[in-house]
Order: sequence, then C-alpha cells, then structure tokens
Amino acid sequence: MAKPKVATTSLAGCFGCHMSLLDIDERILKLVELVDFDKSPVDDIKEFTGRCAVGLIEGGCANEENVRVLQDFRRHCDVLISVGDCAINGGIPAMRNGIALMECLQEAYSTDHRLGPKVHNPDNVIPNDPELPLLLDKVYPCHEVVKIDYHLPGCPPPADTLWEALVALLSDKPVALPYELIKYD
Amino acid sequence: MSNTITFTIDGVEVTGQSGQTIMEAADAAGIYIPRLCALEELAPHGSCRVCTVMVNGRPQAACTQPIAEGMVVENETEQLLAIRRDIIDMLFVEGNHFCMFCEKSGNCELQALAYRFGIAAPRFPYLFPKRDIDATHPDIFIDRNRCILCGRCVRASRDIDGKNVFEFVGRGFDKRVAVNAEANLADTDAAVTDEAVNVCPTGALLKKRVGYAIPVGQRKYDHKPIGSDIEKK
Repeated sequence: MAKPKVATTSLAGCFGCHMSLLDIDERILKLVELVDFDKSPVDDIKEFTGRCAVGLIEGGCANEENVRVLQDFRRHCDVLISVGDCAINGGIPAMRNGIALMECLQEAYSTDHRLGPKVHNPDNVIPNDPELPLLLDKVYPCHEVVKIDYHLPGCPPPADTLWEALVALLSDKPVALPYELIKYD
Repeated sequence: MSNTITFTIDGVEVTGQSGQTIMEAADAAGIYIPRLCALEELAPHGSCRVCTVMVNGRPQAACTQPIAEGMVVENETEQLLAIRRDIIDMLFVEGNHFCMFCEKSGNCELQALAYRFGIAAPRFPYLFPKRDIDATHPDIFIDRNRCILCGRCVRASRDIDGKNVFEFVGRGFDKRVAVNAEANLADTDAAVTDEAVNVCPTGALLKKRVGYAIPVGQRKYDHKPIGSDIEKK
C-alpha cells in the first residue's frame, strides 16, 4: 500500500514552524518511512500531485495568494491543520490589523524617514507590480477562511507537539496532547 | 462567633465558616473554581464570571456568593465548563493577545486558564480592536491590548496602595482602564513598588526592564495547570 501523503506550506509565516518540524531530530527517518511529502518546501514540489492525507498550514492569510494556496490545500487534503500562532490568530503579521492598510504601506514606503542606507526608494513609491499579490485589508486566521480540522498552537509548536499529532492522525488515533504540549509561545 | 456551615460542591460535602464566600470555602477544601478577577487579598469584584457555579440550580459568581447551610453547588459540570470556556474564548478575541512576544507569557493567568481548558483556538472571530499603550512612566507601562478589565489594579491601588491611580472609563466595548491624571501614567503618583503592579493577571500592567526574566520551562504554568496548588491541599 502506498504511503499516505503530507503537504505543508508557509503562508504569512516565518518558516519557524517548518524548522520546528525538522527539530524532531532522528525521528525524521521514521517520518520518511511513515509518509511521502507532496507539495511542500521540504521537497520543493510546487503543485499538488494528488490527494493528501494531511496538510500542515503555517502562517495566516495576509494576501490573495495566501488565500488561493489555502483553498488549494483544503481541496487536496483530508485533514487540514493550522500549525502555530500565525495560522491560528494571525500572529505578528496581524499586529497591522488595527491600522488601515494604506497607512501601513505609507509608513513603510512613502515617508521620508524611510530613506536610509537599506531602502532605495527615492520616489517614495508603494510597490504595485501586477506580479505582487494584493494585500488583504487585514491578516486573517486560517480558520476564518476555510474549515480547519485541528489547531496546534505555539510559536513555534514544539517538535514533540507536531510529532505526536502527526503520528496520532496517521495511525487513526485521537489527537490527545498532554498539558505541556499545548503552549502559545 | 462564627458558626460552621455544611454544603456540597459536586456532591462532595464541604464545611465552611459563616461569612465565607463559596470560593473561599472551596479553596480551603482543596476544590479549585477557575477565576480571573478574584484575588485573595482583594475585595471580590464579580466581573469576569469565570467562577460562575450553579447554586441550587441558579448561576452565581462563586467569588461573591456567601455560603449557606445545605446549599447545593455544581462546579465541574459539562455546562459550566462550556460557559467558562466561552468566556475565556471571548476574552481572547476581544483583545489583542499576542502571547508569542508577551513578557507575561508562561506566568499569565488568562493564558493558563486557556491551557487548563485545553483551548487550541478560539471559536469566535477575532475583533482586533485598536487599543493604546501608555509607556510614559519611567518604571511601569500599561498595554491596553492585553487588558481584560478585571479591575484588580483598580482595587489594589484603591484598597492596598491607598492611591486610586486606576479607574474604569467608558461603557461596553469602549470600556478601558484610565489613570487618575490629566493625561498619562507618568502624571500620577503610581510607583513600581505599588501592589497594583503585581496583581495584573495578564501583561497589561508590567514593570519595565524585567523582560523575559524567567526561562521557558521554569515559568509558573509551564508544567502544572493553574489551580493545581489549590487542588493539592
């Protein structure tokens, strides 16, 4: 029987949750025996090749591309998991949610004090290339965009949390995490 | 002279002294009733409603309700756990609780209650309100993003410090903790030694230059759920 497939992605995240997944140490060898990776930065597969058992989502939705990728994951994955605080509540990117989007962009690109050695933007232009995905009015938690089946909080979630949850799901057991594995930081 | 009162919590017989609240008697008996605004050294406030119990079938705040002979109290029922979970959920979505960089994380009572209830994500949509920060004082700061309006600082400043530095202003969604000055915290007589600074359950009122002093793994709620010190008795 073919191994179940796992897909992962980082939306508006920092890849810290993916780092935490790698932090399962030597258990990664066992993970490779358990599953195949489909679309994921781990193997650099860009598009889904088929149905996946589990999708791991890192990061919230900050732009239209994030939303499209998230919807694509929902279509292809049996079980979708929000991994980490950004996927669950928007996290650090969501700090802009109380501020109007245009105000954020102006602060970043069109105010004169931003002209420094690291920013070359002499005309104070706000990036508006068709290649760039449009930003949303605010950063949305994943479960406010699509149905999410499980949430694994943490910044990042401990490697043990990811491991325990994945193994439970892949062996058809309930995900029952002990007290010490559910943390918000 | 105080007389002894006998009543039950979840079918277990508990003895208390007349004049005690349900919470005081439960604490003494080693039964934990979750709470946020209540604190032993402060007068009861009854505002967070996390300590709601059923008294003879009616909901009451355990921190304010005095015990009475033969009272039947329900604490850990499915219905009450659901109500408490919803209150905690709402407190999370009504503020901006970014635990990942909060200095109080690991020692925060709101977070600890969410851990105890096994909350992985709130069920309500986030509101992301715009709240302000007052960092004018040299030694302490207010971050209203994290304030849950429990009134502990208001009571501690009034009753223990004798200063009346804090008070609530506004109503409903606009309610917030204000300071007793024309403008800022720096203009009040608040001091870093005030008890008001120590009683905040979240990171809304913190001392400056403390930062992340306790390493992860050694903080108050890293290994043991909130309330386990009471249950151990």
